Formats: sequence, structure tokens, C-alpha cells
Amino acid sequence: MLEIRNLYASIGEKEILKGVNLHVKAGEVHAIMGPNGSGKSTLANVLAGHPSYTVTSGEVLLEGANLLVMAPENRARAGLFLCFQHPVEVPGVRLDHFMRAGFNAIQKSKGQEEMDVLKFDRFINDKAKLVEMDRSLIRRSVNEGFSGGEKKRNEILQMAVFEPKVSILDEPDSGLDVDALRIVAGAINQMRSPERAIILVTHYQRILDYIVPDVVHVIVGGRIVMSGGKELALEVETRGYDWIERPDEALRAIG
Amino acid sequence: MPKPASTLTQEKRYLAAFASFERNGSAQDPAWAHRLRRAAIARFQSLGFPTARRGNEEWKYTDVGPIARAPFQTPVTPAGVEAGALERFALGKHGWSRLVFVDGAYAEELSSLSTLPPGVRVSNLAEVMAASPDLVEPHLARHADYESNAFTALNTAFLHDGALVHIPDGITVEEPIHLLFLSTSRQETASHPRVLILSGRGSRATIIESYGGPSRGRYFTNAVTEVVVGAGARVEHYNIQQQSEEAFHITTTQVTLGRDSAFSSVNIDLGGSVTRNNLNVLMGEEGCSCTLNGLYLVGGSQHVDNQVIVDHAKPYTTSRELYKGVLNGRSRSVFHGSIVVRKGARKVNANQVDKNLLLSDQAEADTKPAFWIYCDDVKCGHGAACGQIDETALFYLRSRGIGERAARSLLTRAFVSEVIDSIENEPVRAHVDTLVQAKLQEWLGE
Ligand SMILES: Nc1ncnc2c1ncn2[C@@H]1O[C@H](COP(=O)(O)OP(=O)(O)OP(=O)(O)O)[C@@H](O)[C@H]1O
Ligand SMILES: [Mg+2]
Repeated sequence: MLEIRNLYASIGEKEILKGVNLHVKAGEVHAIMGPNGSGKSTLANVLAGHPSYTVTSGEVLLEGANLLVMAPENRARAGLFLCFQHPVEVPGVRLDHFMRAGFNAIQKSKGQEEMDVLKFDRFINDKAKLVEMDRSLIRRSVNEGFSGGEKKRNEILQMAVFEPKVSILDEPDSGLDVDALRIVAGAINQMRSPERAIILVTHYQRILDYIVPDVVHVIVGGRIVMSGGKELALEVETRGYDWIERPDEALRAIG
Repeated sequence: MPKPASTLTQEKRYLAAFASFERNGSAQDPAWAHRLRRAAIARFQSLGFPTARRGNEEWKYTDVGPIARAPFQTPVTPAGVEAGALERFALGKHGWSRLVFVDGAYAEELSSLSTLPPGVRVSNLAEVMAASPDLVEPHLARHADYESNAFTALNTAFLHDGALVHIPDGITVEEPIHLLFLSTSRQETASHPRVLILSGRGSRATIIESYGGPSRGRYFTNAVTEVVVGAGARVEHYNIQQQSEEAFHITTTQVTLGRDSAFSSVNIDLGGSVTRNNLNVLMGEEGCSCTLNGLYLVGGSQHVDNQVIVDHAKPYTTSRELYKGVLNGRSRSVFHGSIVVRKGARKVNANQVDKNLLLSDQAEADTKPAFWIYCDDVKCGHGAACGQIDETALFYLRSRGIGERAARSLLTRAFVSEVIDSIENEPVRAHVDTLVQAKLQEWLGE
């Protein structure tokens, strides 16, 4: 469903991604872990088409289509969704208006029916229940004055609204309290289906107890240096990343 | 410093117009009015049009040379306007009182008055000067300073007609009062609209001034408004400017606030080649407050300059200013906000914000806050921002499938909404919103 081949990307003069390879099939959940600054968000942003990053080589295919030549809006229309690590505040744009604008733009691009305000209101209300988000937030400016947890819920709410084929969730769990984590994880799990794929970036094993990944990758220095089953996440949780960076240890771990 | 000879010739045109105006246009006005006008033209003559020379901070960024040089005529006989010409400026609901002025002269046939509470007066100034001079004489030209401001002097020299709004003590006027000043561009007209608003103790009123003209054509509007707000009174004031993009538009609004009174204004500038608004608020008694908001949308080679002076003369006075601008093309904006806190004016709370959104690389916005604070026990704040659309926000919107143009448009609309939403009166808000959206649509295409 999503195929990343030998991807190199930089910001300004600084090279951050140094040959990422990743193949995610429909129905799978891939977790990505890695130390701070290793390039996880960079990978997520590059996939979504953030204009600050330059792809210097490699290719990305979304259902066989060349993702990297598409404008960000067209990637969204093609079924890609990024749940931001730090969602931006947009004063003056109401969350419900914003979501409807995006939703309808995507519908329109697919030649499907757009939703009027009333219909969309009902649609959103149902989705908001899924993440147990306070409905008053929906009428406020996008993320403005939202708490950290509310921002994360809002991202997951949008994931539920857009029903993307491939979701890249960049630390949807950081800053959440125990209850919020359970709710957010539950909502993400509901989005799991044989037709969708999820890439979940996280620092913590905790969320993976709820959302059990098919594959866990560890990214260090802009490259995926190790991949394994869900046990790899536990290993990282207890031992950190040091051992991975030492080849002999790593080799022993892989067996 | 002696002024160059060419400038003097420019002023001569107005001196000649004044002579004929005194003979023909206003001969029957009371003697005090003649005295006032003669004093004002003398001031204008010695002040001359302001120049952008060094040291003249007030006019540093705005060149009024094109106004001084243009051969504007000050008409003595009023021009006719077809009722259809008013449509673009129609505002509010049926039944609002509306006074219409064409090139500064009252147009009775285009005006309509609704039933107003007893004692409320909404009429043309020429009539009131003749019929009830005692009502206007103590106020007219006593607030707006023509000693040091050449444009106010020029307006005062031609003071004859205009609008008077008088709300007696304790009276609330529910429906807004709309004053519409239309310009025609026949003979490149100069007009000097004048407004006097007297709001008695504890009264309440909403007053809209709007200025417009043909969509093309060069003319010059030089308006002066004096607002006197009585103790405990509330005045909501709107100023909506839709002049031709070749027009010159200068306004001076002088507000004097009484004890515990409240004044709010929203100033919208959409048209004009060169626009300059002077808004001066004298916080003259304890406990009064004002909210001064503004929004300007300029493109092409338009220039807009807002000069706002809030003079906190007394303790416990509060002022809030929020001006926002959207600049397209090679346009230029100036916001020059001065806050004065006089000696002994304790517990003053003043805040000023000016934000500009640049839609083009060639547009330029200047913000110049100035604080003159002569008292320790005060709270003053200010904020200024100028920049292009926030790229992070733009990416966020696009990442949700919203096209780039639509996203830019959405963010621009969000930027202006803060000022539009501050318009308390619903029909006025809807009207302004329509005008602003149309302009953004023209620029952004979404
Ligand atoms: N705008 C930028 N300019 C310069 N360097 C940047 C910029 N954005 C990111 N970087 C650098 O790129 C590297 C990778 O950052 P990235 O955000 O991808 O890390 P991450 O793996 O998501 O880390 P974290 O776990 O802290 O979220 C870091 O060294 C970071 O400082
Ligand atoms: Mg990150």
C-alpha cells in the first residue's frame, strides 16, 4: 500500500533521512521508534509533503502512485493522513468549518457528494463521541487554546473523519493521561481494517499494548536500523537505543 | 521655513473657492459661522498642505502632494445623483434613518427619516445652524482642532452643510442612524463633509458614516466629525469607506468622552488612492472607555494611513485598539497609534494592536506605536505584527485536502474576521462582511 524506497531528505543543508526503506501492506500497523532527533517526524512530514523539506533521492509509492510529485492536498485526496506531533493553532478558522472544507475537497476530488452543514454536523458529532471530545471544542478555532491532550484528540478525530487509507500518526500518545490514552488508542484501533494501513510513531511501549503492531522499526540517524516483531518495542523500552547503535549487540539480538 | 511658491499656488485654488463660497454658497448663515470660517481659512492659508518633510512625523509616511496639486473644484451648487447610485452603499434595514449628502451638500430627496424618540434630532447642519444655532454653536469646531491641522482648517473654512445628530439626555435610539456621503467626480470635486454628534447624559445611539463615490474617477473628500459623548452615554460609531481607487480621502474624527461613557468605533477602509484617517479620542473624564477597531484592505498602489491618538487625560480610563490590514499589490499602509497618559491619570489601562497580512512581496506596512506616559500607575500594552500567511498553518490546511488557493483564502478570511466579528450591530456586520469577502474574492479567487 505504501512503499518507501531508499529515501533521502534534507532541510536546508542538513541531511536528515539517509536512505529509508519501508514497505507497509494494507491491514498492517507499523510502529516506528527511535531517539529524539532521529528523523521520525521528518519522515512523516516528507510523506505528507511539507514544503520545508527537500527529497534528494528515493521514491515513495502510495498504491503504486508516485507520492512525491503530488501537492500536499493531493496526497490527502489520495488517502494519506498525517496526525501531527505538534498540531498548529489556526485562530479565526472554526474546527468544524475547517474539517468540512477538507472533507468536501476530498469528496469533490473523488467525484463524490459533498456534505452540507447540517449533515456534516451530525457526522462530526458521531465522530466526536468516538474520541470523547468535548463538542464545544468543535466550534472553536482550530487548536486555539486547546490543551496538549485536546490537540491529540482533535488529530485523531480528524483521522476518523477523513478515513484515510494510510495514516501516519506522529506520537499520538505523548502528553496524554491514562484515560485519554485508552480513548485515543481505542479510536485508532477502530480505524484498523484490512483496507487501511497505519504507521505509528511513538516513544512508549504503553500505546502498543492497546494497538498491537505487526512490525516495529527502530530509526536511528535517519535510517531504519532494525525491524522486528512487537517484542522489539519492549526491548527498546527496557534497554534504550544504545545497544542498537552497537553493531555487535544488535547482531546478537537479531540472532 | 518658507514654503515653495508652487505650494502656495496650490492653496490659492482653495482661497479663491472660499471667496466665492462666502459670497454665494453660505451668505445667509449666522455671523458666528462666517467668523469661524474666516478664522479657519486664515489658518489654512498659513499652515498650507502638510508636507512629508523631515521632522514632520505626523505626515512622514503619507504624501499629500497629489491632493494639493490636483485641480479640485469645490462646487457651490449641489450635483444631482440618481437614486440607483445609492444601491452600492445601501445598508441596514428599511426604516433606518438615513441622511444622504452629495459632494458635501444635503440631498433631501435621497434621505429618509424614521420615527425617532422625542427630542432626537437628525438633520442637516445648514438647517440647524439657521433654526437652532444655540444647539450647535457651543460645539461646532470646538473639538476638532483647526489651529494645527490644515485639513481640518480647510473643512472648517467650508463649513456650511453636513449632519447633526443630537440625542437628548437619557434617550436610547434603537435603530442605527446612517449618514451617507457620496461624491461625484464631475469637475474633479472637492467636498468637505461635516458631522456633529451630540449624545446627552446616559443616552445610547449607533451611528454609521459611510463614504463612497463612482467606482472610477478622481475626487477629494475631506471630512471632519466631532463626537461629544455625555456622562454615562454609549455611542457605537462605524465608518465605512468605499471610495473610488483614484479618490483622495481624508477624515478627522474628534471624540470627547464624558464621565463613565463608552465609545466604540470600527473603521473600514476599502477604497481610496490615498486615505488618511485621524482619529483622536479625548478620555476627558474618569471612568470612560473606548474600543477603536479598524480594518483596511488595500491593493494596487493604494495607500492608507491611520493615525489614532488616545489622550488619557483622566484616571480610570480604558482604551482598546485593534487595527488589521490586508495588503495586496504594491499597496502601503501606515498605522501610527499614539497613547498619551497625562500626569495624575492613575489606573489607566491602554492597549493597542496593529497586525498586517501581506499578500504580496511588494506591499509594505508600517506600524509606529508611540507612548507618552506621564504617570506611573498605568497599564499599557501594545502589539504589532506584519507578515505573510503562516506557512505552517497553510500546510496544515493543505494536509487535510484543502487546495492551496482555498487554504490561503480561508486563512486570510480568518485574519480579518477578528475585526468584523467586533462589529456589534448585526446588519452592519453583515454588510461589512459582504464588502470584505467580495474584495478578497477579487484578490484570491476563492
Ligand atoms: N526546520 C529545521 N531546521 C533545522 N533542523 C531541523 C529542522 N527541523 C528538524 N530539524 C532537525 O532534524 C533532525 C530530525 O528531527 P525530527 O523532528 O525528524 O526528529 P524526531 O525523530 O521526530 O524527534 P522527536 O522524537 O524529538 O520528535 C533533528 O536533528 C532536528 O533538529
Ligand atoms: Mg518527532
